[in-house]
Amino acid sequence: MDLTLSPSEEEFREEVRGWLRENHPGPEPEGSLDEVMAFRSEWQLKLHAAGWAGISWPKEYGGRGATLIEQAIFVGEAARQETPSPANVLGLAMGGPVVIAHGTEEQKQRYLEPILTGEEIWCQGFSEPESGSDLASLKTRAVKDGDEWVVTGQKVWTTFAQYAKWCMLVARTDPDAPKHQGLTYFLMDMEQEGVQTRPLVQITGEGEFNEVFMEEARIPDANVVGGVGNGWGVAITTLMNERAGLAFGAIAQIQNSLSRLTRLATEVRSNGGTAADDSYYRQRLAQLHIEAETMRLNAYRGLTKTMQSGIPGPEGSLGKWQWADLNQDLTELALEIEGAYAPLGRGSQHAIQNGAWQYGFLRSRANSIEGGTTDILKNIIAERVLGLPRLR
Amino acid sequence: MYFDLTDEQQAIKSTAHDFLASRYKSERIRELAASEDCFDADGWKEMAELGWTGLALPEQWGGQGLGIVDLAVLFEELGYALAPSPLLSNTIVGLALARCGSDEQRDRWLRPVASGEQLATPALWDAGSPASPGGFSMEGRADGDGIVLDGEKVLVMDAASADLFMVATADGRRHLVERGAVGVTVREEDSIDITRRLSSVRFEGVRVGAAATLPAPAEDYFPVFFRLCIALAAESTGIARRAMEMAVSYAKDRQQFGRPIGAYQAVSHRCAQMLLETENARSAVYGAAWAADAEPESLPLAASMAKAYASDAGWRVPDASIQVHGGIGFTWEHDLHFFLKRGRANAAMFGDAKWHRERVAEAVIARADQPATV
Repeated sequence: MDLTLSPSEEEFREEVRGWLRENHPGPEPEGSLDEVMAFRSEWQLKLHAAGWAGISWPKEYGGRGATLIEQAIFVGEAARQETPSPANVLGLAMGGPVVIAHGTEEQKQRYLEPILTGEEIWCQGFSEPESGSDLASLKTRAVKDGDEWVVTGQKVWTTFAQYAKWCMLVARTDPDAPKHQGLTYFLMDMEQEGVQTRPLVQITGEGEFNEVFMEEARIPDANVVGGVGNGWGVAITTLMNERAGLAFGAIAQIQNSLSRLTRLATEVRSNGGTAADDSYYRQRLAQLHIEAETMRLNAYRGLTKTMQSGIPGPEGSLGKWQWADLNQDLTELALEIEGAYAPLGRGSQHAIQNGAWQYGFLRSRANSIEGGTTDILKNIIAERVLGLPRLR
Repeated sequence: MYFDLTDEQQAIKSTAHDFLASRYKSERIRELAASEDCFDADGWKEMAELGWTGLALPEQWGGQGLGIVDLAVLFEELGYALAPSPLLSNTIVGLALARCGSDEQRDRWLRPVASGEQLATPALWDAGSPASPGGFSMEGRADGDGIVLDGEKVLVMDAASADLFMVATADGRRHLVERGAVGVTVREEDSIDITRRLSSVRFEGVRVGAAATLPAPAEDYFPVFFRLCIALAAESTGIARRAMEMAVSYAKDRQQFGRPIGAYQAVSHRCAQMLLETENARSAVYGAAWAADAEPESLPLAASMAKAYASDAGWRVPDASIQVHGGIGFTWEHDLHFFLKRGRANAAMFGDAKWHRERVAEAVIARADQPATV
């Protein structure tokens, strides 16, 4: 057992730390999403120029070929320094890895480079209005027409669809096959008449995600990834990639939030002292710090296991569940500490810490829904880790 | 970065697992629980032969010289088996003697403790006190070159089988008193956990010669305290793991409404929660154990985190397991109640979750101005 970094990993961390510090573009603009995306595009170009975009990707495809630990170090350090996310986050975390794992040589040549530069933004067309957690029940149809597929249907919760050039689309190509077998994974060009997007406004007031309507949209046969009828397997790889890379960034982000929360407690007055003097808040703060530490250590254990076996196990579901709970708990505690001032947000001159926690509280409501609901994660844990029988 | 057991530690784990599983089957635990002193003399001898009595004690004094990670591995298995054994109390005194005793004292007392020939237990908390870490009130009255002890110590583990008590006084010093000393009386208390007995020990005019007082001041016992917290938290983790496994296996077998109850999410999600708590406890324990061996500056915080988390998980997981079992889980006939009781008793000992969380709060609030590190 050794919870320290090796000298070469330590050196890598110093390199990452120094580069990020010198090149940090500052906080994201508080303006429109367009301005934010432009800011993130610029940041991604900078990352790419220095070889940090696609750090997990093999070198032959323009990535860095970093080890799992190096990825963890990079993601953790970036989160610690609160660098912006790159504009093409879905392309980097999911699109590229799927093309690398399942794509043809031609697809690799065509798609990977513009993902890395951020020139082409990617979005993910999985969920539908009638198919959320039960993803495999999706109804969007793709029908072969010569060397093209004609797609009709609707997708939802499609983050950054309004900026995307490519959509990772899962559609039903064989309505007679069992539900997991009749699906195919496509790369759909968003810039065509048959594709319309409509933004959805979140409870925070922002509009990151969209509905996507497809009315006889066209996809060339060459844009099938992983073969017709294999869409489920290809999609699962995407989701696994989504979870594996995020753990260490999530941990650093939680630690940043916890530091802020602890400072908040030392600043807000309560019972003649500050909240940090109040035994009730002290107990809750301590519990959150303890849980954050168990999450960090669980991630180390998970990383060790992944290095031994080569694939992330279903235990990753525990971490995502825990992260969602923790992030929600800590924003809830922040509002509790703020007491009567809890409703005041960013625009108010009396808001505590400029209303930062109000946004966090609202945004974190999605944590137990996005990327696999906590309820579904518990099913996965029960069935695949504990071996309990399936209800279905 | 490698967060897993080494091959040697895996070997300790599987040896402990197999030995304890064969020796402490349900009937044997019940036999011991019903016996007068709950002491298994033959089992103790075998544990001594396996080297467990001196596992984390220096080789120089007859121990195995292994680390706290190894000790945690052993205690997790002891908890898993719910083995009735005075190993915890004996280990605490061993660790204290190793760190805080003089060479003469180590030669005279640590050797037999490490070899298991003598059994020792700490007698720390004073009757009427809150019995939380650090505060002792018994005064040692000066008497020639030694002292005289008067008073009553409570919550003393495994007193019935102990040959030696390590007694704390108000100045934070520790004194060794042999069981047969004049003025020592042991009275077993009624406690919910009948697989680890708690007693009160009265000291009436008990004379302690200078040679039996450990030279170290109070603060030198903190490293011992953190290590025993880890051992105790490891035991609670083993308890949680076993209770979770019992629930999962029952949920697969038990049929209601034509299906195994584990197919219902009300039950399966409860089991998932049990896994989360067990794995969190485990990570906290091994993280702290590693700190004890390799990064002592992180030990105090890590040990309090582990003890706080495992204190809760150690009884909540058996509690949830009882709920999964339904009525049968509430019977004396089923073994689960022994796990609940041990877990709850462990939660109370050597600083409960609230006490340790307060220490965590103190540490994290003190460094509130510093940036986070990963």
